Amino acid sequence: MSVPKLELRNVQKAFEAKVVLHDVDLKVGHHDVVCLIGASGSGKSTLLKCVNLLFPIDDGQIFLDGKDITAPGMNPNEVRQRMGIVFQAFNLFPHMSVLDNITLSPRKVHGLNRAAAEDRARELLDRFGLGDKVTEYPDRLSGGQQQRVAIIRSLAIDPELVLLDEVTSALDPELIAEVLNVIRDLKEVGMTMVIATHEMGFARDVADRVCFLDDGVILEQGPPDQIFRNPGEARTQQFLQRIIEAGRL
Amino acid sequence: MTERSPIEDFGRGPGLFGPRRRSVAREEGSRGALIAFGSTVVFIGFILWLVLSSEAWPAVQRQFFNWGHFQSAWPAVVSGFWLDIRMFLVAEVLILVIALIVAMIRALRGPAFFPLRLLAVTYIDLIRGVPIILLILLLGFGVPALQLPGVPNSELFWGLTALIISYSAYTAEVYRAGIESVRESQRMSARSLGLTQIQTLRYVLVPQAIRNVIPALLNGFVSLQKDVALVFVLGVREGVREAQIYNARTFNYTGYIVATILFLLVSVPVARFTDWYTDRDRRRKQAVGG
Repeated sequence: MSVPKLELRNVQKAFEAKVVLHDVDLKVGHHDVVCLIGASGSGKSTLLKCVNLLFPIDDGQIFLDGKDITAPGMNPNEVRQRMGIVFQAFNLFPHMSVLDNITLSPRKVHGLNRAAAEDRARELLDRFGLGDKVTEYPDRLSGGQQQRVAIIRSLAIDPELVLLDEVTSALDPELIAEVLNVIRDLKEVGMTMVIATHEMGFARDVADRVCFLDDGVILEQGPPDQIFRNPGEARTQQFLQRIIEAGRL
Repeated sequence: MTERSPIEDFGRGPGLFGPRRRSVAREEGSRGALIAFGSTVVFIGFILWLVLSSEAWPAVQRQFFNWGHFQSAWPAVVSGFWLDIRMFLVAEVLILVIALIVAMIRALRGPAFFPLRLLAVTYIDLIRGVPIILLILLLGFGVPALQLPGVPNSELFWGLTALIISYSAYTAEVYRAGIESVRESQRMSARSLGLTQIQTLRYVLVPQAIRNVIPALLNGFVSLQKDVALVFVLGVREGVREAQIYNARTFNYTGYIVATILFLLVSVPVARFTDWYTDRDRRRKQAVGG
């Protein structure tokens, strides 16, 4: 295997005395879509925030294209310029229009001029069916629209990797599909993605590989068919059983 | 959310005289308004009766409320008061800028910025611990006495500087409260886009913070608008000082009443505006929050 796009080695992370990631190893190849599943509190979200360097890790290493991004002296801003992250609660900037939300980083971080940044933003908004929302403010959009804008905002910097942190968990059920369709589109164009999700049907559909996180370790990983039909670990079976009982698979 | 111009809203509805909820005001109706008016008249009447029936009232009236003295004190006190207004305007602009810079420094994270943060915290703690009048006396009399070359020697300059230094420390804390009131997820979201700490503050946190603290800042305006008069202790001929001079010359206190009226003419509208703005802001938030 060539150098993976993203690799985590023995990553550990604790908040105060609570250990959230015990010892995580993960490889994500170019154009791979990896889904992280597991109960709430299993460490999915923390893992993504560690990769984006929003949380400093306590031990281990994270490599992007074979380069250790957790080494001392690495500029986190330069690392973040190469990847996008989308959060559960959208986190759009409420005081900025949709257009300004999307163009802020391209203009201020990536040095694009306003016209170029706005052209690119309009193009993305059109592509994802939000062309008429350019001048709106976030509080005038539905949750699904806000989340799509947040995804576009992360795409506007042409990231090499996109991290999606339970992006449909805060949405009303009827709005989930429109967001998932955007992610399917991204898979079509070969975007490398790590997706933490509770949508098992979606994970089965879109993932090249599914990782089951349990108590801060990746207990089991494999192609979706294997994980969902024939899980090897008892904990995975229990988790999936609960999901099926809840009618979510 | 319906947009109405401030002018249209101003002076209308319950917002102007306090944050009463509209439904309550409507229930009270015209009968409530009548009762409010009646009890106010009775109350003020009682106070007036108490004051005017005092045996010493005629003497007080001559000393404080003398129309002739009012007219002759007026020009000097007004021109002094005009200096108060100018001091207020200059100081306020500088305070808003300096305080914001101090607050932003305090909000920076990470060990690299520790010396800057320490400087900001020390400044805020020291200045807030000294009575403002002391700072005015120390700078106003102390610095000119040093006769430093190239440094202004006027009491007015140093008195105003003392006010700016003092108010900037308080106002920095107002900004800081505003910055801390913005949700952590906003900071995280901005940083994840590759923005530096300073860019995050400038484009994401501070604009939202200022919106949250506008009522508190307006409150500071009202306070400063009166406190500029404190430089009178340095002999600066602003409104209060002029009234004092008039009193020293004529042994009549009506000049102080002139100054009082002038200050009220400015500060009461600002206070009303603050209440009106705060009330409108709350209603808007309720409208959006549903």
